[in-house]
Amino acid sequence: MAERVAKEVSISMAETAGLCDVDVIAAYPITPQTHVVEHLAEMVADGDLDAEFVPVESEHAAMSACCGSVAAGARTFTATSSQGLALMHEILFIASSLRLPILMVVANRALSGPINIWNDHSDVMTEKDVGWIQIFAENGQEASDLIIQGYRIGEDPRVTLPVMVHFDGFILSHVIEPIVMPTHDQVKAFLPGFKPVQRLDIDKPITMGPVGMPSIYTEAKTAQENALVSSYPVVIEVMETFGKAFGRDYRPVESYRTEGAEILFVTMGSISETAMTWVDRKRETGERVGLVRFRLWRPFPKDDFRMAIAGAKVLAVVDRHFSPGGLGGPVAQEIKTALYNDIERPRLAEFVAGLGGRDITFADLDRMYDKARTLSSGGTPPPFEIIQARGGHHGTV
Amino acid sequence: MERQNPFPKWTELAVGTAIVVPGSSRANRTGDWRSSRPIWNLNQCIKCGVCTLFCPEGCIAHRKDQYPEADLEYCKGCGICVRECFTGCIRMEEEKV
Repeated sequence: MAERVAKEVSISMAETAGLCDVDVIAAYPITPQTHVVEHLAEMVADGDLDAEFVPVESEHAAMSACCGSVAAGARTFTATSSQGLALMHEILFIASSLRLPILMVVANRALSGPINIWNDHSDVMTEKDVGWIQIFAENGQEASDLIIQGYRIGEDPRVTLPVMVHFDGFILSHVIEPIVMPTHDQVKAFLPGFKPVQRLDIDKPITMGPVGMPSIYTEAKTAQENALVSSYPVVIEVMETFGKAFGRDYRPVESYRTEGAEILFVTMGSISETAMTWVDRKRETGERVGLVRFRLWRPFPKDDFRMAIAGAKVLAVVDRHFSPGGLGGPVAQEIKTALYNDIERPRLAEFVAGLGGRDITFADLDRMYDKARTLSSGGTPPPFEIIQARGGHHGTV
Repeated sequence: MERQNPFPKWTELAVGTAIVVPGSSRANRTGDWRSSRPIWNLNQCIKCGVCTLFCPEGCIAHRKDQYPEADLEYCKGCGICVRECFTGCIRMEEEKV
């Protein structure tokens, strides 16, 4: 029987990877992902997990080793954060273009500089175009569950793509939560052994990663794009199957108290938990406000998102990264792109908050809500705003 | 072996654009990359085989009389054989149109 235990989220994630019978772990420790990797190294060293732990010299090497490991047909796990993810950058494209279903957990953390080890989404958002399936967890239970789902999604022969599971650094990684740990048998029943659609095999030689000349590159990228977009129904199918097997439901886009809402907040990751409690309070005083959160970020769940926001007048989008010198946060930009050609569409109030580990409080949400309300009564949409900046965001140097 | 269709539709590509039929390097005749070709002065050649060993294309073979010979269907004209030859008996000669 699955038991509910108090566990540090990083430890539960490492143990969950163990329950998935990973064959190879190639990872380099970096704050705040360290405990995941340390604990896996311990499990292997103690003989509790029958896997190969490759103590690589960098994240670049970690991702390279993972590519080789999956290419050889081994179920492979890695974890990183921030600068480590940035160092993996070029190999992330290789993993997805070679269609290698690696599973990587990313403890989201701000990118330097100034050097900062705390949580925001600048690391993941600068890697949104690497061609991986990307899923966000809101709490420790989800972070662990999504590893099991992630393997089943990525390794599905209809998908065969790498998967990133994002969980907020420190806010989730270092917190002790009550977590229902499944049994090994439960996970085994849900997650079959890894059967790659193709692998490096001396008896049936193939070449992975040959040069793609101008005459082939366009077709290669089109095939990859279609694979990623076509993974969407499989993601839904796996989430539904997981719900039936484990009793915890997951959807690509999650809605909270959206019925009759005029203003909807849009969030990702752990701040959604704060936002839900805040929405409860507002609902108690009769405010027509709700919450929509992206769980799936790539492929972008545009149809489910459109359904989730139907009827809302204003979306208050909370980004935890922005494009410097650009037009705002990545989530808001994506939403605008998704809705631009719709005749009926909500207006957007765009906020950037929670940078480099700054907490997003009820007071912050209140301020965002007030600004969103002026839009709903016909005000002019202001440019995106780094709402927590002391001294105000918009001004001149 | 037969050369694979050089202009496939995206639906015809193997997963991850892998090459799943071995032998493509034999089918891809790289000799047309060459701008100059190696010429041996067989009077100086001592048949040591160092050019054969160093050729990155693996296209230098030994004739029946043991003298080396490059397969110009594959020789890219890199000149590594010239650089490595002990006796200096190989020179590169520019290809003429």
